[in-house]
Amino acid sequence: MLKINKLHKSYPIGDSSLHVLKGIDLSVESGEMVAIMGSSGSGKSTLLNIIGMLDEADEGDYILDNVPIKNLTEKKAAIYRNRFLGFIFQSFNLINYKNALDNVALPLYYQGLKRKERIEKGLFHLEKVGLKAWAEHLPSELSGGQKQRVAIARALAADPKLLLADEPTGALDTTTSYEIMAFLQQLNDEGKTILIVTHEEDIADMCKRIVRLVDGVIMEDKFVEQVRASQYV
Amino acid sequence: MRFLFERDTWQEVYDSLSKNVLRTVLTMVGVWWGVLLLIGLLGSAKGLENSFNRLFGSFATNSVFVWGQSTSKPFKGFQEGKQVVLTLFDAKKLEENIDGVEFVVPRNQNQGVVTRNFLSGSFGVNGDYPLLDRVQKKKMIHGRFINQNDIDSNKKVVIISEEIYKQLFQKDAEMIGEYIQINSINFMVVGMFENGNRSMGPTSDLHIPFTTFQQIYNQGNDIGWIMITGKPEADITQIEADAKLMLKNLHRIHPEDDRAFGSFNLGKEFAKLTGFLTGMQFLTWFVGIATLIAGVFAIGNILLITVKERTKEIGVRRALGATPFEIKRQIIVEAVFITLIAGFLGIISGGWILIGLNAAFGQGDEAVLVNASVPIAVVFIALLILVFLGTLIGLIPAFKATSIKPIDALREE
Ligand SMILES: Nc1ncnc2c1ncn2[C@@H]1O[C@H](COP(=O)(O)OP(=O)(O)OP(=O)(O)O)[C@@H](O)[C@H]1O
Ligand SMILES: [Mg+2]
Repeated sequence: MLKINKLHKSYPIGDSSLHVLKGIDLSVESGEMVAIMGSSGSGKSTLLNIIGMLDEADEGDYILDNVPIKNLTEKKAAIYRNRFLGFIFQSFNLINYKNALDNVALPLYYQGLKRKERIEKGLFHLEKVGLKAWAEHLPSELSGGQKQRVAIARALAADPKLLLADEPTGALDTTTSYEIMAFLQQLNDEGKTILIVTHEEDIADMCKRIVRLVDGVIMEDKFVEQVRASQYV
Repeated sequence: MRFLFERDTWQEVYDSLSKNVLRTVLTMVGVWWGVLLLIGLLGSAKGLENSFNRLFGSFATNSVFVWGQSTSKPFKGFQEGKQVVLTLFDAKKLEENIDGVEFVVPRNQNQGVVTRNFLSGSFGVNGDYPLLDRVQKKKMIHGRFINQNDIDSNKKVVIISEEIYKQLFQKDAEMIGEYIQINSINFMVVGMFENGNRSMGPTSDLHIPFTTFQQIYNQGNDIGWIMITGKPEADITQIEADAKLMLKNLHRIHPEDDRAFGSFNLGKEFAKLTGFLTGMQFLTWFVGIATLIAGVFAIGNILLITVKERTKEIGVRRALGATPFEIKRQIIVEAVFITLIAGFLGIISGGWILIGLNAAFGQGDEAVLVNASVPIAVVFIALLILVFLGTLIGLIPAFKATSIKPIDALREE
């Protein structure tokens, strides 16, 4: 699915630079559910953003679905993001003046689908996250958990191969977090590859594999027995 | 171009503009005001020009009037203070010898008492050739102007103005073929002309054949003044100078005697007026376009702020697969859209202003503004310019929006 080799990333800080990722090697197969863990500032988000093509590495190779990702034009990157990747953010990042359905259908707009088709697909995915009845509601009228479910529906709308979630439960209480995790597990059961950045152990335990970052290098990479979230819901 | 016909494009435009109505309206005011000013000023300038044209329309404007005065320098044995009187011979010489001359029209005028039955008045009596009608078009209401036959046989016929008719005749009374007395001599009325514009001088006058005038006032070949009309492309100032020099020669007057002949150069005065009008139109364009550009820049500025505020949203859109082109296109559509709407409103309200100006200043014979209007082509060109400027100004925020990495846009709070 994806293969990363000796990946480096630095950020310029004034005159010097901050070396954030110091040679990451990681490969993820199709159908995996991986938790990326680490303390604050260890470079988790940086790694995920590079995987998501929102940012570029300074050095190293990154191959996604047999496509080497290097020196992409912004247009190509946009197309890959649209076809291959679904993003779930800690702060949901819904567009506040669009209702739930329009938010979910937005990636489909950029795929060039007809409006009718977009509404159909959007409603289908909203139904999947159990929010079909909320289709016409604005984000401001939804709870945090509902917002994140709309965001998940949006990430799923374009039927991506890889779901990238940066602390998807970071802004939610425990119960709601488990609901979201149960849902992500279900998606993984259906075959979606999922990468989740988190610093909560219980959330990581609900994945199938845990990668620990310390100071820009992978210190631990282990497969674990998945804890099913549904038992807590 | 398909995206222009898609509901979503306009939904996006509507969403982003209606999110802040006040700001949208304020920016539009800039362009609206520019267009309004442009249309209002251009229309008024046109109205003023039309009014001048109406004023001078019946007049050969490339003309100069010359009359004799008295000399101020002694020359060839003549003392200064010699009375100078122009003659028909002078007129003939001028016509034959001055370059660029179209017509030379000798004219005579005297004040005369005119009576009919028991009504009478004092009017200007002009002795004229048929040629006068060519250079100072008379709008005939009834009958005709002087013709060559009148001249050849010294006919006692008269052409009166509407004003004189009103003073000497009963309302609606027949006047053609009637007789009036000028200095106790019977003249037959053969025509009546419309009162010209009063600003062009008194119209309470009448015209009799030049030759008849010579006879009854015992003028011989002397004439009051000469109207010289230049060909349309001729330099009237040059004609004036040439004519005066030649007249001085004919009358044995010192070449540098500036007082021997009086003159009024209508062509020069008219050129001043037209120059003023052209200047005003130029100023109008300048002011209007400057205001327009300022307005469009205001829109660009606001869009820039909007884009900054929407950086995060734009980041989200890009994460979801929007290409930079799609982002830019949307912002430019927004820019063009508000510029155009504001421009349309400006054109409509500009039209209303012109209608208002026409109602207030455009009525009657003495109107300051005649048919104040802007050609439709100018309106279209203005709209085209607006589209162009809108696109141009939309480019700045559009490039700003896509110049940063999506991740930096997403980090923005
Ligand atoms: N755009 C940037 N410019 C400069 N430094 C940055 C930038 N982005 C991240 N950093 C720095 O890089 C380091 C890693 O950041 P990153 O966001 O990857 O950490 P993280 O592991 O996600 O932490 P957290 O758990 O707090 O989200 C941090 O020290 C951060 O300050
Ligand atoms: Mg982070």
